[in-house]
Amino acid sequence: MKTSIAARSLQVLFAYLFALIALYPILLMIGSSFKTNQQIFANPLSLPTSFSFKNYAELWEAVPFADFLWNSVIVSVASVLLILLFSAMAAFYIARFSFKWNGYLYFFFLLGLMIPVKLGIVPLFLLMKKLGLLNSLWSLILIYTGSGIPISVFILTGFLRTLPVQLEEAARMDGCNNFQVFWKILLPLVRPALGTVMIINFIQAWNDFFFPLIFIQKEELKTIPVGMLSLFGEYEANWSLLFAGLTLSALPMIVVFLLASKQFMEGLTAGAVK
Amino acid sequence: MDKTRTRTLQQKSSAKWLIHLFPLPALLVYVIFVLYPLFSAFTYSLYDWKGIAKGSFVGLQNFIMLFQQEPYNEMFARAFGHNVIYFVGEMIVQNGIAFALAYIIYRKIRGAEFLKAAYFLPRLLSVIIVGFLWKLILNPNFGALNTLLAKVGLQEWARPWLGDPDTALYAIILVNSWFGIGFAVLIFLAGLQAIPEELIEAARLEGAGGLRLLTRIILPLCMPSLTIMSVLTFIQAFEAFELVYAMQGSMGEPYYSTDTLAVFFYRLTFGGAGGGDTVAIGLGSALAVVLFAIVASVSALSLYVMRKREVQH
Repeated sequence: MKTSIAARSLQVLFAYLFALIALYPILLMIGSSFKTNQQIFANPLSLPTSFSFKNYAELWEAVPFADFLWNSVIVSVASVLLILLFSAMAAFYIARFSFKWNGYLYFFFLLGLMIPVKLGIVPLFLLMKKLGLLNSLWSLILIYTGSGIPISVFILTGFLRTLPVQLEEAARMDGCNNFQVFWKILLPLVRPALGTVMIINFIQAWNDFFFPLIFIQKEELKTIPVGMLSLFGEYEANWSLLFAGLTLSALPMIVVFLLASKQFMEGLTAGAVK
Repeated sequence: MDKTRTRTLQQKSSAKWLIHLFPLPALLVYVIFVLYPLFSAFTYSLYDWKGIAKGSFVGLQNFIMLFQQEPYNEMFARAFGHNVIYFVGEMIVQNGIAFALAYIIYRKIRGAEFLKAAYFLPRLLSVIIVGFLWKLILNPNFGALNTLLAKVGLQEWARPWLGDPDTALYAIILVNSWFGIGFAVLIFLAGLQAIPEELIEAARLEGAGGLRLLTRIILPLCMPSLTIMSVLTFIQAFEAFELVYAMQGSMGEPYYSTDTLAVFFYRLTFGGAGGGDTVAIGLGSALAVVLFAIVASVSALSLYVMRKREVQH
């Protein structure tokens, strides 16, 4: 294209400048977590001169971080597994059978794409209270499963519709019933779409802080994001501790992203573009 | 008919009936934990509430109160205005910059994969972590930003970004853009890459270059991704809660200058509206209905427009 070299270099500069803006705060967070309060307050921008894990040891004493981590893992893994199973079953029914109500059923699920789940928080709170699920991780697992289902059914149904029916027919000829067709033939074939669904919902469940803020009061049942809320409430002036907390909270997701950045970026945009 | 054959037939019909169990778990969880609470909130808005006890049916009283009685009507109007600014700000800063970045990457650049990943990384953090991190960076005394400004000789620019009612809302919009820009870049890039190569080639042969190519060919053909991103930005702007809560608390400080409808909703529902600790579930539910109407109508409209356009193609 006819762009002058000067204009093009300006563009490249712009692109890399924004990469710096995106990454610098995260590097600052990690770097500050190794500094003392005096070092942070005297020179917030400098890199740590030595790597001391004192802040992390102190953090471990200050809040039950291992509990937070464990709760986040349980809630995210359980809700993602339930979403995968339930949505795949529903999508199988919608995409592979032609009952006359299937169109309505699909539309009914899609309605959920427009619903801001948080707006139902008061009835949801009263419902959880009635079910005895306040201060239980189940309250979070159920709400994340419910709110993740519409987008997941949407993605999986779309994907299932693109698969040819021959394999399935052959399996049925060989005497497979519906469960076997679903479990042994189709589920392995939709693996790419299941990956997308997994990533979208995992990020959602792992990072959410609204629902645990409302449903979970007990310290030892908090997930990482609300755990940070109590840390910041109690140790407002202890910045080195706060940076250590933020770094440790962000770390699991950053590591997972570095391992599978392509899948993450494709997965998250797939849900929006389709 | 012999016996074995009848048995297989029966087995088949029972297996056929079982298929209707497949959508049931998804349907149950979705209805109980998503649809039922939302529609209950609609009915709650028509009742008088004493704390969390439901009182008598009052019709549209809560809505009238929300729109006409002080301080609720003022809070509503102010928060609504902030939501609009939030949306416009995100459209200009986040989506504007994101489109420029996507276009630069689209025109081939060394390290494209690294750039995409770098822009995207903040999007993976919990909003509460983003909010707290930036609260420390924007701290007037020890924050990194004011220190940086002083270092490069711009100390007059330094200010208590989050403590000043004139800058607080914009600071939050910028932080939100930092968080969301990578996602927008990916959406726009997908849109750009979907443009058929021949079309651009043909336009260039006819002498369209630079700006003309961008405005006449590329932008119109990117309409689907621009529309999607605008709708997502709108929804996100009108649901803005977490970042404001993390950085400015449930009162949208300072002096409600960062208050949004969702934060106002939180105050009405869990206490703190009008200064006191009283919860106003009737009012909160009425606000939930209004918010739902705003968000759902825009997303339904856009879906309709997009479907229609798809048919035309």
